[in-house]
Amino acid sequence: MSWTDIGELGAIPIRGSRIVKTNAGCIAIFRTTETEVFATSNKCAHKGGPLSEGIVHDRKITCPLHNWVFSLETGEAQGADVGRIKTYPVKIKNNRLLLDLDAINASAA
Amino acid sequence: MQKLVIIGAGMASGRTLEHIVEASPDAFDITIINAEPRGNYNRIMLSPVLAGERSYEEIITHDDDWYASHNIATRFGKTVTSVDRDRKVVIIANEEVSYDKLIIATGSTPFIIPVPGHDLPGVIGYRDLEDTNAMIDAAAKAEACAVVIGGGLLGLEAAAGLRMRGMEVTVLHNDGHLMNRQLDEAAGYLLQTDLEKRGITVMTNANTQQIAGDGKVEKVVLEDGTEIPANIVLMTAGIRPAASIGQATGIKVGRAIEVDHQMRTSDPDIFAVGECVEFESNIFGLVAPLYDQAKVLANTLLGIEDSFKIRELSTKLKVTGCDLFSAGDFAEGDAREDIVFRDPKRRVYKRLVIENDRLIGAVMYGDTADSNWFFGMIKDGTNIESMRETLIFGPAFQGGSASQMDPLAAVAALPLEAEICGCNGVCKGDITQAIEAGAHTLDDVRAKTKASASCGTCTGLVEQVLAVSLGDRFEVSAEKPVCKCTDLTHEDVRRLIKAQKLKSQPAVWQELAWKTPNGCPSCRPAINYYLLADWPLEYQDDLQSRFVNERNHANIQKDGTYSVVPRMWGGITTADELIAIATAAKRFDATVKVTGGQRIDLLGIKKEDLPLIWSDLNNAGMVSGHAYTKGLRTVKTCVGTDWCRFGTQDSTGLGIKLEKKLWGSWTPHKLKLAVSGCPRNCSEATCKDIGIICVDSGYQISVGGAAGMDLKKTEALVDVATEAEVDEWVTAFVQLYRENGKYLDRIYKWVSKVGLDWIKEELSDPQRRMELFDNFAISQSVYQKDPWADHVSNRANQYEPLADLTMEAVT
Repeated sequence: MSWTDIGELGAIPIRGSRIVKTNAGCIAIFRTTETEVFATSNKCAHKGGPLSEGIVHDRKITCPLHNWVFSLETGEAQGADVGRIKTYPVKIKNNRLLLDLDAINASAA
Repeated sequence: MQKLVIIGAGMASGRTLEHIVEASPDAFDITIINAEPRGNYNRIMLSPVLAGERSYEEIITHDDDWYASHNIATRFGKTVTSVDRDRKVVIIANEEVSYDKLIIATGSTPFIIPVPGHDLPGVIGYRDLEDTNAMIDAAAKAEACAVVIGGGLLGLEAAAGLRMRGMEVTVLHNDGHLMNRQLDEAAGYLLQTDLEKRGITVMTNANTQQIAGDGKVEKVVLEDGTEIPANIVLMTAGIRPAASIGQATGIKVGRAIEVDHQMRTSDPDIFAVGECVEFESNIFGLVAPLYDQAKVLANTLLGIEDSFKIRELSTKLKVTGCDLFSAGDFAEGDAREDIVFRDPKRRVYKRLVIENDRLIGAVMYGDTADSNWFFGMIKDGTNIESMRETLIFGPAFQGGSASQMDPLAAVAALPLEAEICGCNGVCKGDITQAIEAGAHTLDDVRAKTKASASCGTCTGLVEQVLAVSLGDRFEVSAEKPVCKCTDLTHEDVRRLIKAQKLKSQPAVWQELAWKTPNGCPSCRPAINYYLLADWPLEYQDDLQSRFVNERNHANIQKDGTYSVVPRMWGGITTADELIAIATAAKRFDATVKVTGGQRIDLLGIKKEDLPLIWSDLNNAGMVSGHAYTKGLRTVKTCVGTDWCRFGTQDSTGLGIKLEKKLWGSWTPHKLKLAVSGCPRNCSEATCKDIGIICVDSGYQISVGGAAGMDLKKTEALVDVATEAEVDEWVTAFVQLYRENGKYLDRIYKWVSKVGLDWIKEELSDPQRRMELFDNFAISQSVYQKDPWADHVSNRANQYEPLADLTMEAVT
């Protein structure tokens, strides 16, 4: 694990998202509640829509382009759609957001 | 005998002392030093003292007799100046106290937000008896008012106490809901409404700019300019560990005094306990872990092996009549699920968080009777798989038969006297009687019995009674619910938002018994619209409940870039505007397209460039064209009497006036207008949402056209003689649509539902027309502002990546 500081928790609104540019492409950081965040690929498994621009609800994200819904926990598409987005380890420490760079570099390699 | 010296007489040191003297009364020669002029008392009971429910005497845990009878020497009202570790002495004024073992238990101090005026007399923290007495004194004055900054546990207990002493109390909280560390929005909403019922004013998202006054506190000024009068200002925005003795002593201090599993600091003879310690990067503010630490410390000092571990914590608020409970972990994790139960009538909210078939968190409001049972499960990690379906109903409901899981069977099994509709007191027997008498639809039952006619949350239950009684003969009503989060229709929700004065999303979710924690992409934008349309001054637009285009004020395209359309009033532009648009198009390499709404679209703009291009266009005097909103898009015009040889009126001028009147407003769906200067209708007004045709005698206003998925000609609303009347009728009509339309119904759909006759009837009444006209103006006072300029100055950073890690070395 190589936890890398990517910014302040407060930089992401609750039920909002921001992206981080990495060697594995853009990663979306989602904040579902006061104290809960998830990280996934920003690209929808359907047509590559920017998931960080979707509406966050419960622990799910709905793609802004064609309304595919993904679990932020497993990355699996919900409902009748079949597909999966990559998820990455992210955590909060002292109100800072930490992303595991090893996991990202592993998927970039 | 070994000499033990304790600095600080708080909750943790008191408990440590008790353990030591109970287990081994003669193990140590003990001295306790305290800066406060008194010994140990139960600090967490200061709130009941403030509220007048207890006296100070009742919360003393150790009085002078106790110290004397246990041969404990006391130095109260004495501040420690330093500790000499080489000589092993604690130095207080005029005295040195030598030790073999030293305990630092200096607790914490309130965090005073360093706003201007924070040092004025009358600004107090809330930590000890002096603070409490200062508040009690302040409350005794006539017409005294208090401002509490920080709506956490301590702040709310203080606010409730001050209110009980008759003060005007305002709580300022910088987050969107109270106790945001312990509660979710729904529970925070219920708590806020309960406090408001007691006469406490609660302001969320409130940021203090300064505390002002001449020689003493007089008022608090917020960043938005609001001023609140105050005789005292209570700061309860958090605590800071009081670790300065640790620093002065030279032991290891991070955020607080660092200790190991035995509460030992970096000096083997110095220990620390309570809120002044840091353990594995954690600091502490609640009493339960402090008591655990005290026990470990006592055992360590007595040579008994013990080790401090962090365990699950729970929170209860000590405000009489506000039952809330919060426990466990709501933070990061994989594969979690929520179970939510809401009972709007009893004001109950319960939420359980489950991970790997184990309960890991619980929030409860209104009914906390089962909280200990849930807390036990969290601590024990009980496997709940077998009782998952009924878990939220608590221990009394476990082991029930499987038939209770089938809702229809459960309804069938209800006795005739079981109450179905709580609002109107209708029981199952009343409904079955009405059904036998011929009421075979939900509306019939509502009309006959009033069941589900008020708050509507029992609609599903009434339908189930119908289904049980009629079997296949019962058809569920055609109006669909908003989404899977609720059984209510859009019309129900709009009606209830108005009737019950619901002014926030958590209020809607709770009072209307939403089945999900915070809605879904179908209902969130709709509820957000209804709230901002009905309560423009009270409700704050929620960007997180908007589709991407309305959040980013541009239209997302299939490749993730955006299109940008500046407003061209009535389709009129100038050479200078065109130069600015052309320059921006070149700078950002845009594709340029002329739209059907008489303006120019710049396509292919990257998200991070949006604030830049907006700024360029703003500088040339242009604002957002709202080409992306469920709101006013365009007012298309022809050149009218200015140029056209057939023109009968100034159609361009009227179009511009209407666009300047209506721009910025949100509507249930997009809104397009057109004004044609004569019946030749060059601006195609008769297929718009609202079309105006100029004639010699005045203006023909028609509504409900469509030229998209459906094609439809407008229908005549009214003919008027003057531009002023056009303004009045069009504005009132738009407002009627805003107040009544279903989200995502264009005007033609709405008109076909409510009927043009009803609309004409409403608008023909001059008083009603003016009321709608004025309501629109109130809404525009909030929403008619250029979102581009607003985002450029206030939100530009949200358009940039949070971080760029592409340059980080690959390991």
